[in-house]
Amino acid sequence: MFLINCPFCGEREQSEFKAGGEAHIVRPKQPTELSDDEWAEYLFMRKNIKGIQFERWNHVHGCRKWFNIVRDTSNDQIKAVYKMGEKPPVKQND
Amino acid sequence: MTNNLRFKTSKFIDETYRVSFKFNNKTYFGFKGDTLASALLANGIHLVGRSFKYHRPRGIMTSGSEEPNAIIQLHDNSSRTEPNVRATEVEIYEGLVASSQNCWPSVNFDIGGINNLLSPILPAGFYYKTFMWPASFWEKYEYFIRKSAGLGKSPKVADPDIYEHKYIHCDVLVIGAGISGIMAAKMAAKNGFKTLLVDEKSYLGGSSIYDNSEFSKINNQITSSWLEKEINEISKIENLEIKTRTSVAAFHGYNFLLARENLTDHLPINQRENKVRQRLLKIRAKKVITATGSIERPLIFDNNDRPGILLSSAIKKYIDLYGVACGENNILFTNNDTAYETAMSLIQKGIKINAIIDNREQIDSKISYEVEKNNIKIYKGYTVVDTYGYRRIDKISIMKLSKDGQTVIGDKTKLNCDCLGVSGGWTPAVHLFTQSGGKLKFREEDQVFIPDFYPSDQISIGSCNGDFGLEEIIKNTLSSIKKFLDIDNSEFKTVETISGLNQSKRNIWLLPSDKSIGKTKSFVDYQNDATAKDIKLALREGFRSIEHVKRYTTTGMGTDQGKLGNMHALGIISETAGTKMGEHGTTTFRPPYTPLTFGTIVGRNVGEFFDIFRRTPIHDWHVANNAEFENVGQWKRAWYYPKDNENMYQAVQRESKAARESAGILDASTLGKIDIQGTDASEFLNRVYTNAWSKLAVGKCRYGLMLNEDGMVYDDGVTTRLDENHYIMTTTTGGAANVLGKLEDYLQTEWPELDVYLSSVTDHYATISVCGPNSKKIVSKVIPDLDLSAEKFPHMSFKNAKIDNIKCRVMRISFTGEHSYEINIQANFGKSVWEKCMEAGKDFNITPYGTETMHLLRAEKGFIIVGQDTDATMTPIDLQMDWIVSKKKFDFIGKRSLYRSDTIREDRKQLVGLLTENPDDVLEEGAQIVADVKKTPIEMLGHVTSSYYSPNLKKSIALGVVKGGKNMLGQKLIIPMENKNINVTVADPVFLDKEGERLNAKL
Repeated sequence: MFLINCPFCGEREQSEFKAGGEAHIVRPKQPTELSDDEWAEYLFMRKNIKGIQFERWNHVHGCRKWFNIVRDTSNDQIKAVYKMGEKPPVKQND
Repeated sequence: MTNNLRFKTSKFIDETYRVSFKFNNKTYFGFKGDTLASALLANGIHLVGRSFKYHRPRGIMTSGSEEPNAIIQLHDNSSRTEPNVRATEVEIYEGLVASSQNCWPSVNFDIGGINNLLSPILPAGFYYKTFMWPASFWEKYEYFIRKSAGLGKSPKVADPDIYEHKYIHCDVLVIGAGISGIMAAKMAAKNGFKTLLVDEKSYLGGSSIYDNSEFSKINNQITSSWLEKEINEISKIENLEIKTRTSVAAFHGYNFLLARENLTDHLPINQRENKVRQRLLKIRAKKVITATGSIERPLIFDNNDRPGILLSSAIKKYIDLYGVACGENNILFTNNDTAYETAMSLIQKGIKINAIIDNREQIDSKISYEVEKNNIKIYKGYTVVDTYGYRRIDKISIMKLSKDGQTVIGDKTKLNCDCLGVSGGWTPAVHLFTQSGGKLKFREEDQVFIPDFYPSDQISIGSCNGDFGLEEIIKNTLSSIKKFLDIDNSEFKTVETISGLNQSKRNIWLLPSDKSIGKTKSFVDYQNDATAKDIKLALREGFRSIEHVKRYTTTGMGTDQGKLGNMHALGIISETAGTKMGEHGTTTFRPPYTPLTFGTIVGRNVGEFFDIFRRTPIHDWHVANNAEFENVGQWKRAWYYPKDNENMYQAVQRESKAARESAGILDASTLGKIDIQGTDASEFLNRVYTNAWSKLAVGKCRYGLMLNEDGMVYDDGVTTRLDENHYIMTTTTGGAANVLGKLEDYLQTEWPELDVYLSSVTDHYATISVCGPNSKKIVSKVIPDLDLSAEKFPHMSFKNAKIDNIKCRVMRISFTGEHSYEINIQANFGKSVWEKCMEAGKDFNITPYGTETMHLLRAEKGFIIVGQDTDATMTPIDLQMDWIVSKKKFDFIGKRSLYRSDTIREDRKQLVGLLTENPDDVLEEGAQIVADVKKTPIEMLGHVTSSYYSPNLKKSIALGVVKGGKNMLGQKLIIPMENKNINVTVADPVFLDKEGERLNAKL
């Protein structure tokens, strides 16, 4: 079980959090302008990386805040935690 | 017999404290400090169980948690009865009752033993191969296979014991209190680390604590004496917590570990009352030091499983720690120096050793010379080729090994014995290390896997790290702990060691025999009866991956998880396949390291704490009024209120009629309530609901439908504008938490610029819904000051009011299609207001109704229930609710998905009403809907989602989803049931009062 360093509450057990999928997928500003393919790209397509992955997490049983983490999926090491809207402090290596 | 097997020991056995216990219905005596295994051995009992597949007689083989054979049933026929308990770990107490398992009628004469004779036709994969054909017979086979499967019996009544969970946070966790663990714990604690030291045994010191040999000394003291002083010293350190009888079950990522602490299992039953039996420790350690030691390897030769064959280290422990001789005529069989330590212990006590069989041609260590000096015959370069004796070993035969160790040569010699100690060297106990994600490497020179890559802040020390010699252990422990903890002071000045052993070993995974392999039974996994022959067969049949061989042969799949034989299995596979060790990988060691009781796993979460439920403020009233309850999410909701032996159907019919004819009352407190405030609240609702919200006036309510981004209906409910920048949203009961989570998600991540704040207020209010033609009269009695006239208080509006000076919110909203009011009041007044309504409604036959009647009433009106009539594949268009989807809004969640090529298909499943040809036929929810039953395969068009008999319409009504249903109005369809086909007609889903006359009637 991970220990996640919530940027608002500090280190807490994984059981207090909920994973929210891949981070940095921006909702299109004008969805109606998009073709089916473009919309499907936003809606369905997600990466499944072995290695450094950017993820959204929610401190659902705590402060209810969403934030991002950088996790190495090959060994579950959390490389960084940062708030929504902030730039990822670690580069992607794929 | 008993007397001459018991020898005086120093301190572990209290010979003044005799303990009586029962094994297989016979009473025996042991001493305080004995394990069940040591006490049985002291009584001359080796045969304690039967093996799983062949029912071969099996005896005690080890002295610890690695025991594969001596697994017994503890506590006969009681609520505490427990199967598969290792006799080697059970500490005896007065009144203990245990018995053998997997045998009938008795362990000495077991009918199942016939399987042993049948063994030539029971090879690996026997069940897979034999019971495949004909496939239809499987059900018959399964009955008999299941009957003969399984070890032991589970209890039939509830567990009387108490269990609990506990969190522990520490700087350093040390697992294993052997010599290296003790040293590590001292170094950590003395240097200021908050340290926890755990060991599965009842005592500290591991195997060194009974090492009284002159051949291993530390600082010129006998090892055990030196260690005792250290233990004495660490027990006084304040920031060091020591837990014995505590077995680490799992080592997860981020140094999160689970351990089971045994608190009362060693006490007589009458001393256990009101005490916690076992505790599951959830340990978060900043640093973990694994010092779990190593497990002695057996040797793999023909008939290596007879009672009386033990690990040589176990024989040493029984004599040195428990003062019990395992036999009177011992033979030791080894490939390394360990057995000579056992020999010295036996010699010291004057116990006879008939011979030592050593695989090695040359033996060159002080201890072996000392053993030889005692006139003990050592057969160098020999191997055991067979053993004899059914219920106890009585003879072995030995032959000379060839130079390459692959065959045997020369004559066969038979030797008598009643106990054979085997030693194949040591296997580091890396189970926990690998569980944590650690990677192993193979060390060629002594054929062991040792830790290589550490995935977290942890280290392995001592023999679990592959350090077997005393000098190595101490030297490496000191240096690696200093580095690991980054400390200068090791707390140990100079430690000098003397050891009479050297580390030479002649490793032969499968010892050769004069017989062909097909005629041998050389057990690799004792518990599951997997032999070397089985493993070779699996390889011949094409299995290569160790994981496949394991499952096919069941090697390592017993309750002991193959702690003894897994290495041999790997060795035999690589030898046979001609590959390098480690190339096939190792099997995964899964938690728990030793089995956990269910009690430990669930802790206090039993009975009413198993799955906590939420009660509304009016719950007690429902209970007092005979309500049946339904679980909705975590809520207990009143389902229906049976009167005078009514069944559910009768109660629901009565409740439904009353609600439409006069008045009904429903506890709607469980509906999710989200308080929404902020200057952008209207804009926010615009974006999350499909319909428009900007123009909703203060004091008005509106029904909203919420979609997922994929266009599918997610939730629905009525939202009320309380003030310019203040709304209260209601959600479905089960969806409340998820809706809040989703709204927070969009608010925080997509639209952080919006000034909106969300709070869950579900628990803050009790919600009472009063409906029916007389609802107005009732509410006017309860809240006389409130103007209920249609002009002042029309449908879909809200008013602030007071009941007995307590503020409340009243909404005119309806889920039944009747004129109705919803009173929201501070939760703790909920019950009294409910009672007020009941009192006010007395003259109007006010009828409390539950969720079932609510469902029926809304179905009459064709109102959907999200999750019942929808299933995450339904768009609002599919639900024929186009009216609620705003065409004008620029965007809302899910909008773009409503015209994807898939969502605009005409043949999607769409919600329709269904009327049966015979109005008394009530459809089954979930039943399939088809058009043609003659053409096979029958095309499934959809299914029934809601179905009731409507007492108000006096006919059966149903909702269902049907492919292209929107354009099928009036069309005939068929619901095929087990006994008959029910004819239905597709109808409008609104069955009652489509014009809304009831809703808007001037009352």
